[in-house]
Formats: sequence, C-alpha cells, structure tokens
Amino acid sequence: MKTISLILEEGLKGICSANDYASLDVMKAKYLGKSSELTGLLKQLGSMSVEEKKAFGAEVNQAKQVLESAILAQRECIAKRELSERLASEQLDVGMPGRGKGLGGLHPVLLARQRIQDIFKSVGFEIADGPEVESDFHNFEALNIPKNHPARAMQDTFYVENGAWGNGMVLRTHTSPIQIRYMLNNPVPIKIIAPGRVYRVDSDATHSPMFHQMEGLWVDSDVSFSDLKATLIDFLRVFFEKPDLKVRFRPSFFPFTEPSAEVDVLGENGWLEVGGCGMVHPNVLRNVGIDPEKYTGFAFGIGIDRFAMLYYGVDDLRLFFENDLAFLRQFQ
Amino acid sequence: MKFSENWLREILPNDLNTEQLASMLTMAGLEVEAAEPVAKDFSNVVVAEVLSISKHENADKLNVCTVSVGTQTPLQIVCGARNVTVGAKVPCALVGAELPGDFHIKQAKVRGIESFGMLCSGSELGLDDGVDGLLLLDNSAPVGMDFRKYYQLDDIALTLKLTPNRADCLSLNGVARELAALLGQESPRVVPSQIALSCEDKVGVRVEAGDACPRYVTRVIRNVDAAVATPIWMKQRLERSGIRSLSILVDVTNYVLLEMGQPMHAFDLDKLEGEVVVRFGKEGESIRLLNQKDLNLTSDLLVIADESGPLALAGIMGGEQSAISTDTRNILLESAFFSPQVIQGKSRLLGFGSESSHRFERGVDYANCVLALERASALILEICGGSAGPITDVSAPIHERPSVSVRAARVSKVLGLDFTVVEVSALLSRLGMCCLIENDVVHVTPPSYRFDIEIEEDLIEEVARLHGYDAIPVKPALCRAVMLESPAEARDIDALRTMVALREYQEVINYAFVDQSWEADFGGRTDSLKVVNPIASHMSVMRSTLIGGLVSNLSYNINRKQPRVRLFEISRVFIKEADQLLQPEKLALLAWGGREQEQWGGQDAPVDFFDIKADIEALLAPRKASFVACEHPSLHPGRAAAIILDGTSIGFIGELHPRWVQKYDLNTPPVVAELSLDALRCRSRIRAMAVSKFQQVRRDIAVLVDEVVKVEDMLNSMYQRASAIVTEINVFDLYKGKGIPDNKKSLAFKVILQDTRKTLTDEEVESVMSSLIAELQQRFGATLRA
Repeated sequence: MKTISLILEEGLKGICSANDYASLDVMKAKYLGKSSELTGLLKQLGSMSVEEKKAFGAEVNQAKQVLESAILAQRECIAKRELSERLASEQLDVGMPGRGKGLGGLHPVLLARQRIQDIFKSVGFEIADGPEVESDFHNFEALNIPKNHPARAMQDTFYVENGAWGNGMVLRTHTSPIQIRYMLNNPVPIKIIAPGRVYRVDSDATHSPMFHQMEGLWVDSDVSFSDLKATLIDFLRVFFEKPDLKVRFRPSFFPFTEPSAEVDVLGENGWLEVGGCGMVHPNVLRNVGIDPEKYTGFAFGIGIDRFAMLYYGVDDLRLFFENDLAFLRQFQ
Repeated sequence: MKFSENWLREILPNDLNTEQLASMLTMAGLEVEAAEPVAKDFSNVVVAEVLSISKHENADKLNVCTVSVGTQTPLQIVCGARNVTVGAKVPCALVGAELPGDFHIKQAKVRGIESFGMLCSGSELGLDDGVDGLLLLDNSAPVGMDFRKYYQLDDIALTLKLTPNRADCLSLNGVARELAALLGQESPRVVPSQIALSCEDKVGVRVEAGDACPRYVTRVIRNVDAAVATPIWMKQRLERSGIRSLSILVDVTNYVLLEMGQPMHAFDLDKLEGEVVVRFGKEGESIRLLNQKDLNLTSDLLVIADESGPLALAGIMGGEQSAISTDTRNILLESAFFSPQVIQGKSRLLGFGSESSHRFERGVDYANCVLALERASALILEICGGSAGPITDVSAPIHERPSVSVRAARVSKVLGLDFTVVEVSALLSRLGMCCLIENDVVHVTPPSYRFDIEIEEDLIEEVARLHGYDAIPVKPALCRAVMLESPAEARDIDALRTMVALREYQEVINYAFVDQSWEADFGGRTDSLKVVNPIASHMSVMRSTLIGGLVSNLSYNINRKQPRVRLFEISRVFIKEADQLLQPEKLALLAWGGREQEQWGGQDAPVDFFDIKADIEALLAPRKASFVACEHPSLHPGRAAAIILDGTSIGFIGELHPRWVQKYDLNTPPVVAELSLDALRCRSRIRAMAVSKFQQVRRDIAVLVDEVVKVEDMLNSMYQRASAIVTEINVFDLYKGKGIPDNKKSLAFKVILQDTRKTLTDEEVESVMSSLIAELQQRFGATLRA
C-alpha cells in the first residue's frame, strides 16, 4: 500500500504534467475518482479505532483537497495558455484597408452655397426660390431696367423661344427677379436669401455662361445703408473665417438699388470684387406695392462660384463644370 | 473711358500721385480698371538731327552718320535704317543708354568703324508705331532734348470702367470736374475759344423731329487743308485714349469728343444739296455708312438728311456719301444734342455702335454744344487754316432740369448716419448742384450734364458718395427675433444631398442648355425649349431631363480611366406643355461599374437595377413606392420602371438602353434614375407607434412559380390576404437555373408575425401561413418547395 504522501506526490506530479483538459480529466479520475488509490485507502478504515479513523480520514480528505485545488489551478493554467494561443493565432493586419461602402461627395459650388445659407439662416434669413426662365418683367422691368436702357448691356441676355408661356422670355441674368416674386407675394418685413443658377452670354476662363448667384433682401421699417454694410462685413468675415478681413464698399450703379455699391475684399493680390449691393430703389418697391416712404430695404447679390473659388483655393472657374471626378472627389 | 493722366493733370493740376488719384476716383464710383505706363522704361535717349550721311566702306547696307545731339561735337553713329536722311530728326540712344529688353548701348566698332550710339526705331524704344525704320520726329523737335520728355512718355493711360449713369464723366473735362469736387477744389473753367469769323456762309437747317433733336448747331468752314498732318500732341492723346489717328478733321472731332464729351460730325460741304434736315428715316430709304454697311432705314431711326436723301445716322454714324477726305476743302461742322431715348437700344438693334452713340444714349450736355463747336473750329483754323462762318443754332426751348428735393431726415434714415440740411447742401454744391435750403429740405437744380439726378435717392447717393462710403458707420443690424419656421413636410435639400452623397454618389453641375440630340436620346423630345441666341449649337435647347448630362459626365470620366462612377445632380428642367412652360426640379442618379468599390474580400459584381432601387427606397423612406415596368426612351425596355408613390408617377429608373451605351461609348450599361425633387422632399411628420412586448415569429415560404410572375404582385396579394399579426413579408432569395425547371423560378419569402397583446400560439401562426401559401398556390400557381 502506498502512503498518502506518496499518492499525493505522484498525484500532484501527474496533474501538473497534464497539458490539456482531456489528460487533466484522466488525472482527476485517477486520483479522485471512485477507484482511485485514495478512495482505496479508505477501505482500511474498518480496522481502525475511532481515534485512528478520525485522524486517517482527515488526512485523506486533506490530500483530496490539495489534489482538487491543484486540478483547478492546472485547469486555469491550461485555459490561460489556450486563450493566449488563440489570440496569437487571431491577430489581424490592422493596416489593411477598411471595407464596405465608399463615399460620394458634394459639389464645391453647392458646398459654398450651403455654407452661405447656413450663415444667413443663423440671423434669420429665409430661403426663397424662383424660376430660371423668367419674364422680362421680373428680370428687368420690375427691377427698374426699362427696355433699351444702357444698363441692359451690362448683362448679356439669353432669350428663349416665344410660346404660350410668353414672348421675350429670358434665362434669368441674375437672382434679383426672386426679390420681385417674393415681395409681390409676402408682407413686409422681408428677410430672404435666394440662391440660384443664372445665365449670361459669356464664356471664357473667368466667365461661364451659367453660374450661381445668391441674392439677399431685407425690407423693414428702418433698414439703412449702415445695416447693409454691417451685415455684409459680418458675413464675409464669418464666411472666410477671417475676423480682420478688410472689406470696402465703393459707389457703383445698379438700376434696382440706390445708393449702390460694389463690395471688395482685400486679398493677397489686392482688392477683389465679391458682390454688388445697395438700398432697394424706390421704384422697385413701388413696382411691388411697397410704400418706399414707410419701408426701406437693402439687397445684395454675390457670385457663389467666386466664393467657392476663394474658399477652396480653386483658380480656374471651368473646373467646376467639367465634372472630372479626380477634381470633385477632393470635396468629400 | 481711357485717357492720358498727364492730360487730366493739365486740366486740373493736383498733388495726388497716380495711385492716390486712381484710388480717389475708384472710391467715388469711377472705377479705375487699369493704369498702364504708355511706354516701357528706357534712359539716355535724346532728340538728334542727322547732319551728314556717308556709305560704310565695309558694308553695303550700313551708313555712317554724323549726328547732332545738342553737344558741341557731333557724334559718329553707324546706322542700318533705310529711311535715314540728312536733316531728319530722330531719337538717338547715347552711349550708356538702357533700352527696353535689357539692351545696353556701348561705344562699339561696327565692321571696323566706331559708333557712338544708336539711332532708334519706334519698336526699339518699345513704341508700337508699326513703322519699319527710324522713328522720324517733327522738324520742330528740339535737338538734344530728352526724348521721353519730348514725346511725353512719362505718362499713364488710365482706364475708367464707368457705370451707365455717369455719362458726364465720358470726357476729360467731366473727369476733371468730378475730381475737383472730390478734392473740394474749384471746378476747372472751360474758357470759350475765340475765333474770328471770316465768311458769311451758312447752311439752312430744318429740325423736323424737335423732340428727338432739341438742339442742332452747325457752322461752315471754307478752304481748310484737310491733308495736313495731325500734330504729335493730338495724335498721342488720341492714341492714349485708344482712338486711332485717321486724318486731321476726324482727329479734331474725336479730340473735342474726348476733351469735352460732345460728339461732333464733319460733312463735306460740297457734297451736300440744299438744306440740312433732321428727321426720322422713311421706309424704303437706305444709307451706306462709314463702316461700309448698307442700312435700310426705318421710321424709328433718326437721320440727318439733305434734299437728296439721308446723309448720316444721327448720333450714331456718318454716311459714306457725305464723308470728308483729305481732299475736302469745305466742311459743315455739326454739334448736336439728340435725346437719349432716340439713341438707346439702337446699337443693339444695328449690331454696332460708336463713341458718339455710346455718349448720346447716356446723355450729352446740351449746354455744351456751342462751346464744343467753337473749340473744334478754333483747332481746325489753327491747324488746317480756312475761314469760319457764323454759328447756326436751332434749339427747341430746352427746359431747365426739374428741381429735386431732398430731406435731411430721409438722408439720415437711408444711410443710417445723421446729416443736417446744411451738410447735405454743402456736399451737393461741390458737385455743381444749385441748392436752396427750406427748413429740413434742400431743393436742388442739377447741372445740365447730370442726366442721373431725378429723384431724392439720386441725391442721397451723391451725398453718400462725397461723404465717402467708408465713413458710413458699421454697427450690427438690429432685427426682430422671429424664428424661422421648420415644417416637417419639407425636407431640407442639403440634408437630402448629404444623404445621396453618403450612398456613394458624387454631386455634379451641368449646363442647362444642351444638344437637341440629347433631348431626343434621353427624353424622346424633338421640340425642347429653344434658346434664341445660344453660344454654341450644341447648347441650343433647354434640357427636359438631367440624364444626358450625367451620361456625358460618365463618358468623360471613363475616358479618364475611372473604374467606377456614381453621380447625381439636382436641377431644374424645362418642359414645354401645350399652354405653359414647366420648370420642376429633379434629382437624377447614375451608377456604373462595380456594385462595390474594388476591395479585398469584396464581391466582383456589376451594379444593377436593384442597387439603385435600394438607394431610391432609402431616399423615400419611410414612404414606400411601387416600381412598375414601363418604357422610356432612354432605358432598356425590359429593365425600366416607373416609380409610383401614392398613385402618382414621381420618376423613372432603369438600365440605359443598349443603343445609347454604344453611341456614348460606355462599354457597359449604367443604371440611371430621375425623380421629382418635390416628391423626395415631401414627407410627413413621424408619429411613433408602440413596440410590441411579445416575441416575434419568423416563418419562411419557398415556392416555384412561372418566371413571368411578378414578385411585387405576389407580395401585394399576400399582404392583402394576411391578418393584422403579419408585420412584414419580404423576398430573401431568388434562384433560377440548375435544379429548377425552365421558365420557372424559385422564390423564398420570409414572413414576420407578431401580436401586440399576447404571445402567438403555433396554431395561430400555422393558420396564417397556410392562408398565405394557399393564396400563392391559387393566384400564382405556385408549388411549395420542400
């Protein structure tokens, strides 16, 4: 008969050498199962006195406990090793490219439009819209540009064929007809911006026959030229993210505003024209049934394409209309 | 308006440098568009006289000249120009001179003979005179004088970009007058020219169109020498204004036009018959103009005529028949005022204009006619000789300009800066306005040369201009704090665009005018809205569909080796209907190439109809559209669908027709779609529904049906048969091919069932499922697959 201590010694050795769960289970059956040597030892109990039984039983139980905890520890050890082996085998090359859907993108001119809109919306300007094939009335007459006036030569106009929709209809040369439509249909106070495509007979490196304008209009009981300056300067500084941007207003002429001004900003190469503006001409207000004695207003028009060029550092207008994905994909 | 800066300084001496001058004019609304030196830099060039010429002993084509340059000893200079003559005055570059093009003049031996300088041609000095050979100077040129000084080359040509309201600044005197006002100086006085009358001749004038021609002033000048050369100073000033020197009489009228702003015309007196009549043209009359164009006259064209017929198109261009030439001896000079309304629009109508019409249609100073005529007469007598007759002045009583009133309070309100009536009056007076103060109002009589002062705002603008736009304060505008409405029904376009971009589409912008063939190919239209004056024939109609632009963008990008393209555009289209023109906004999509971007572990399948359909369904969610097979001129007839929402067609989707795939070189077909933007934007506010706490159950049905059976019909039919506990039925597999009989397809549907009040029993589920299966069997002849 082996002694308890010998069994214990062999048992611990066997458990420690079990490298996987299966051999550990074999060890467990061998040393702690029903037919194990320790269980066999208990058969001697019958020939022992009460005192001896107590002592021997305790000794056997203690040995069982030692073996049990050794099995537990070994089980944990195997688990740990197996986990680390699995983790090692599951390593990814995290530098591989991501997979799935790609990205589209928005057109830079329309991104600039969005940016301008968001800025004006933040001080309560609403967005208005209008048709692109316009009547002479909305595009010219109502804006105080009578037929044959030399001012018409300032904007070379595309005409469309006559039809049931009217004679002498034009592709709008500016977004200003939206002013007229809005004022005809809405009560004062009016505070809108109106983005849109406009058309002029002009095509070279700096002119496109179709381009984008943003019209602004604010009519209320007490709107002044000073408000116009403040609004546009604020806008330009926010848009270009330059709090100290130099802006100047210089006298100009538009039939639909008076006083009128061109707006320039100081860039790296000197002053750069970015838009036209002025106080809404009293004739224009009268044409839409607003009393110019009671209300005053300002209007402005800016070239969105030009703003996009300046903001994104694009130096050729034509890039915007070629729709080359190599160019457009920069604006994701 | 382009002119010599020195000329302006001669009329109004001032201390400003060029930059300050340009800035002052620009900030007053006379934008200086360009300020360019009239000559390139060069130095040490003087006026020289050729004293003698002898042949170079070693070179046939060279001469050895002795040249006086004003120093005691003449210089020996070798010269190759053929037009060198003894006595000629020419510019001479001295040793040490630096000429344009970094050309240094040194003492040198030319074929063995010493040369102490160079006689210059215009081009060697950077002057584009178009002459081959030495620049020959006037005999009066003082020998030894610095050539730049003699030729007034230290001068700047200023170009003003004038707005149409400022006709009064279309002359040197006008610009000087404005500058004086800006500087607060006295306006330069135009001193009337004094000439002696030495003949009695005059031509009768009859003005039949008095409203169109309120003033017509003429004078006869006899015995002029029209062949005399134009003095260099006049030629230079004309050229620096961009006007070519032609002959002395034409040059004088152009000179006075530039100086005083009064267009003038000289007729050859000997070619006139009888009285001069100012009248409108008559149908049937025609005239050959100085630009060699024959024009049939109409009753809205004002003409100057004599007894034999029209002589000139009033205020626009003279006629060839009565034109002056260098042989002309006797002339009739005209200085008139034609109403702007009569000239306006004519240059567009005729397709040409002139310096005259440009001024008359904007307004010419009617008080200036006689002064200008006297000035031109004096110049002609001085340069060409001759004897002048008396002035014939046929004037309708020209009304004083109506007085305009301006209220100081209104000025303050419009500008946002307080002005007193005295300040307003002081500023306006500087502009030559006659001001009368009454309480808070200034009554203003504008000068005869200002055609743009008619209402109070015109004066407010003048006050702002003179005060300076820069000096108007900037303070944040005060506004009512009214919030913008934000209706759920109108989806923000930018949000929609972002959503499309996130589904891999790149936004593009195409021109709205396209080739008619695109309209036929992609819209089946042969009569799209025409542009009357297109810039090119391939941009001659307005598009009714956006597909053409996207296909063209695709082709462009395929040519640039893009392997996979997804594009979208939002824009208006233009649709001619019987009695109206519709201009709805559309969203168009195009997808071409792989379903996925090329990537590791990805699928290698081309994009198809259903990929784009999913995009459209996502854009429309939570609303559900149905897709109904349809035919469309741009699409594959078996792979096209109309998109139906609430019973209305809102667009189409499909594979591009193989014809167009071939015609536009696309290799493989793109899938395209176009939808109404309004339909995409319109959505209803989301109302949340209770989510069931009870478990949902999924059951699948796999069936075989004839290939032609439409899945959408099966789904609709099942939905109709289903009880309320069915929350979703959908297809999750479609299979044709091996193991499936010909003309059949296998479809697998999933059915989701759920009750909001209790857990479903097996019996309930089975009962629903058998009714759905029965529906498929009865209506579509489906057989259940194991």
